[in-house]
Amino acid sequence: MKIDIILCGVGGMGALSSAAIISQAALEMGMYMKQAETHGMAQRGGDVQSHLRLSDKEIASDLIPDGQCDIIISVEPMEALRYLPFLNKEEGWVITNENPFINIPNYPEKEEVLAEVRKVKNSIVFNADKIALDLGNPKGTNMVVLGAASKYLKIDIEKLENAIRSIFGKKGEEVVMANINALRAGREVADKI
Amino acid sequence: MEKLLLLGDEAIAQAAIDAGLSGIFGYPGTPSTEIPEYIQASKEAKEKGIRSNWACNEKTAMEAALGMSYAGKRAMFTCKHVGMNVAADPFMNSAITGVNGGLVYIAADDPSMHSSQNEQDSRFFGDWAMIPILEPSNQQEAYDMVHYAFELSEQFKLPVMIRITTRLAHSRSGVVIRRNAKEQNKVKLPENPKQYILLPVNARRQYNELLAKQEDMIKASTQKGFNQYFDAPDKKIGILACGLAYNYLMENFTQTKCQHPILKVVQYPMPKDMLKKLYEECDSILVLEEGQPLFEQQLQGILNKGKKVMGRLDGTIPRAGELSPAKVGKALGLQVSEGLPIPSLVAPRPPKLCEGCPHADTYRALNEAVADYSKGRIFSDIGCYTLGALPPYNAINTTVDMGASITMAKGAAEAGYQPTIAVIGDSTFTHSGMTGLLDCVVDNIPVTIIILDNSITAMTGSQKSSATGRIESICEGIGVEKEHIRVITPLKKFHEENVKVIQEEIAYQGVSVIIPRRECLVWLNKKRKEERQKQKKQE
Repeated sequence: MKIDIILCGVGGMGALSSAAIISQAALEMGMYMKQAETHGMAQRGGDVQSHLRLSDKEIASDLIPDGQCDIIISVEPMEALRYLPFLNKEEGWVITNENPFINIPNYPEKEEVLAEVRKVKNSIVFNADKIALDLGNPKGTNMVVLGAASKYLKIDIEKLENAIRSIFGKKGEEVVMANINALRAGREVADKI
Repeated sequence: MEKLLLLGDEAIAQAAIDAGLSGIFGYPGTPSTEIPEYIQASKEAKEKGIRSNWACNEKTAMEAALGMSYAGKRAMFTCKHVGMNVAADPFMNSAITGVNGGLVYIAADDPSMHSSQNEQDSRFFGDWAMIPILEPSNQQEAYDMVHYAFELSEQFKLPVMIRITTRLAHSRSGVVIRRNAKEQNKVKLPENPKQYILLPVNARRQYNELLAKQEDMIKASTQKGFNQYFDAPDKKIGILACGLAYNYLMENFTQTKCQHPILKVVQYPMPKDMLKKLYEECDSILVLEEGQPLFEQQLQGILNKGKKVMGRLDGTIPRAGELSPAKVGKALGLQVSEGLPIPSLVAPRPPKLCEGCPHADTYRALNEAVADYSKGRIFSDIGCYTLGALPPYNAINTTVDMGASITMAKGAAEAGYQPTIAVIGDSTFTHSGMTGLLDCVVDNIPVTIIILDNSITAMTGSQKSSATGRIESICEGIGVEKEHIRVITPLKKFHEENVKVIQEEIAYQGVSVIIPRRECLVWLNKKRKEERQKQKKQE
């Protein structure tokens, strides 16, 4: 079993936290993993990405080869498109929040961006921001998206919840539950499709 | 057996702690920053009394590391690749002095320039200085190699370089660590009292000793076992895969076996006998290097009259940028998978100054203050404020190397292009700006130097700045007149005053310093969060 994941977004949107949660879960499961991230200058409002590779065999490259990514998990729709060259075009999934994060003057029309995402064979595009907001956790978008993606991750959602507990545990039960609830709400979206 | 999930950088730091490190010395720089940070945050390191504060710059850091080694203890130095340029003087000469306690230099390169201004390959430095170089291909190897590097350093009495790149530094993986940490060395001065006195008479002798060690270093590269030869039947191509390149090669053979012989090299000097076997048995050689074509060039020779050597020089691999599984696969003529193209509507999203950043207010004031002058007179430097080059600010005209703002502004002013203005960050100023300021004062050049004081080294993620609380006294001490050291607060509400201050100092026909002072917001938020957590704990 192997699964190659790209998590992406804009600096500060929590893409790297999602990566940390999946990694933690994979480690608990005794899988081999490699997780490459963007640090430094790019984090200042630029595009950030993480290549996360899980396998029951040893992994060679830190980067996912072109055309072999199983799932792109994005908190922002245009960012999901940026990594399409990595996607397995037949079997790969794109799971993304539908609301643009606009911090550049030439951001394309939202509908055109979403149309491009929907052109991908397997995709879920949904309003994760709204779900997070309705839960009273406006910063929880990344967890909602991760929840939706969890259906295709080959990792039990309980394992992800345990990982959330171990990563956010020191911040208190309230933070842990807010994240877990966001995760579950995202999963419901995927389960309904 | 304990397995930790660690970044390559963290694996190196943990290994150093476990290998009996007494001190780490460095200046922040992507992708090396997390190495000292890990040790600064480690309870274990604190208990062991391992020193880990940031230095002013890479040169002072490396010299202090050399001093700790002189006193017999194990020391580590870290920097990003361009930091090697700053530390080049102690670096080259430390190969001549040799070491006493184990001394390991970590050079973190950034091919593809994710967060850098060039993609220089630090292995050239190691090769030039003729010291052993290790180039781990994964996090576990990085951990193991730090232990070995200290042993090798003490065995050969030489500093050892470990060269890593962004993909290893900032990639996390499970690492098995040794828990039987080595005790720190005791203070013990070098046996030869002349070892560190590089008078020509001593230096000549020491240089000959360095030359004499080379054969044994090659033997170590062959015998240690990090370098491996994998034989295979198809000798039309033999593959020399260095460091991380080996991973990209193997990624192409997850389902099948590579039919060509492979020499994996992660320890230099080059294991001559292993390479000779590859060269003699194969019709052509494909050289895979993550970085610049150092060994490809050496193997090819100036006249390139031997066997066919393929790699970055002949275009088999693109000349610039980091490697990838696909680049390597294509070089071998393999069918590589492809994803979907990026839709044309996808716009680049470059990094930018944060919302409410103090630098933004300074740039708005500066732009207005110089609006009546012709363009092209703002010399800037390396840091978050480099982003002032981008819209909407378009505020600066140069960014070259740490400290170059002040000295380039000086040179341009001396060419008759006046007024000139330098924009430099607080930490960059104490890194390499102070000596340039002294040049300005000594020559009494009319330049205006804006030292952006956000009280932190911001770009690399909020490291303590050596400049904090010292800038005015440094400038005054260097000889800038007190009334021309002006402190302003970069906030919208002070915009008009700030513009006026900048204009007044530009008009002054001497050296003036303006210090816009306001804390970095990322840092401020981090600090407040930490305080809140501390408070919560106390409750």
